[in-house]
Amino acid sequence: MADRKRDLLLRSIIERNPIALLVLGICSALAVTSQMTTAFVMFICVTLVVAFSSLTISIVRYQIPNTVRIGIQITVIATLVILVDQFLKAFYFDLSKQLSIYVGLIITNCIVMGRAEGFAMSNPPVNSFLDGIGNGLGYGFVLMFVAFIRELFGSGTLFGIEIFQLTTNGGWYERNGFLLLPVSAFFLISLLIWFLRTIDPVQQEKA
Amino acid sequence: MAEESALKPFYSVLVLAFVCSLLVAGAAVGLRPLQESNRQLDQKKNILRAAGILKDDVSVADQFKVVQTRLVELATGSFVAEDQLSPQQFNQTKAAFSDEFGRSLEKEEDLARLSRIEKYSLVYLIAGGDNAIEQIILPVRGKGLWSTMFAYVALDADLNTVRGISFYAHGETPGLGGEVENKTWQKGWQGKKVYDQERAVRLQVVKGSADTSGEQAAFEIDGLSGATMTSTGVSDLMQFWFGDHGFKPFLERMKKEGGFNG
Repeated sequence: MADRKRDLLLRSIIERNPIALLVLGICSALAVTSQMTTAFVMFICVTLVVAFSSLTISIVRYQIPNTVRIGIQITVIATLVILVDQFLKAFYFDLSKQLSIYVGLIITNCIVMGRAEGFAMSNPPVNSFLDGIGNGLGYGFVLMFVAFIRELFGSGTLFGIEIFQLTTNGGWYERNGFLLLPVSAFFLISLLIWFLRTIDPVQQEKA
Repeated sequence: MAEESALKPFYSVLVLAFVCSLLVAGAAVGLRPLQESNRQLDQKKNILRAAGILKDDVSVADQFKVVQTRLVELATGSFVAEDQLSPQQFNQTKAAFSDEFGRSLEKEEDLARLSRIEKYSLVYLIAGGDNAIEQIILPVRGKGLWSTMFAYVALDADLNTVRGISFYAHGETPGLGGEVENKTWQKGWQGKKVYDQERAVRLQVVKGSADTSGEQAAFEIDGLSGATMTSTGVSDLMQFWFGDHGFKPFLERMKKEGGFNG
């Protein structure tokens, strides 16, 4: 049983990564990964929202009428996201200034919906909660990887701390402007998917 | 799953909607005072930053004591008397959209693409040691590529020299247009002039690097690379706010009356 729980928590990082294997949540992965800080906060917010929405939905899963389940799931998710947004605005104002539009977008993050419909509807609360955390971690792993490359080579900084001094600030590093555009994340994510599916061939889809 | 009655979906959705709306409303109402004070603190910080007097180790409230907040009628350029309309109660963000305090802009005069503008604006005066006004800080805003950008511009007592600028809210692309937040770039504004001899607004963001010598040098700001639309937006909003529909009448009037300390 303990193994199962650990498995639920960890399998989503490499073997069943929501972005790399299930190809969910790409939209926000493009938007927030130009800086490590925003990517990190997005990772925390998404993890919280996935975990608690899975937990809530799993608790009431027998009460949810089948015909309106998607609507109910999205309402629960939207409520949680608004709460996260309100808390950020009240306690971490600077972060919420950078993130505000992205936080709203968590509602449409397919991972949250996907885990609610695909896992929480048919599993007990604790497992659903762990699965939510696990998926958040998997999402965060990809986000941090992409953000690391984009921020380091795009802005010459990591978490806003200068690593390469840019030519615009009188340094030597000519930044790669392409990496600042959301499109570049497509390339990085595809490379990552390629890499993961090469070291773990089980993930390959049969053509 | 058991057989569902036809009414069950309705009342389960109703119950859920009720619980969720309670939670959301509760959080919104309960946290509003905190959020509002955060927002005001952030604005004050940016006013001080534009003036170049923001210190990290002193509380913002204390530092803000040197700032006098006044209200100006944009069309005439005169100060509004405190008892007529108090600056504390004036909500500038809402003013533009109300019938009483705002008006709509014609297409050809709407350089900053705001569509509506308020009739009154807050201005912030900073007094020096001997109570003489040293700087005046004006709130400006305008459209960039994606979003409305908000900034404070600090002018010297000569009403023409920029002492500093601070963009405090925008939704431009991080790393490209978002570089309006870049402190190094904002430093480049210091000492630039807004008006030329003919009192035309010349201050502008150029493509590439600004002239360092020659007649243009006093008015040009380095462009933001990869952000032409944002740079144009910044130029346009300066053109607008220092023009006839913005603060020009106010600045002219002040000049005529011999500045603040005359």
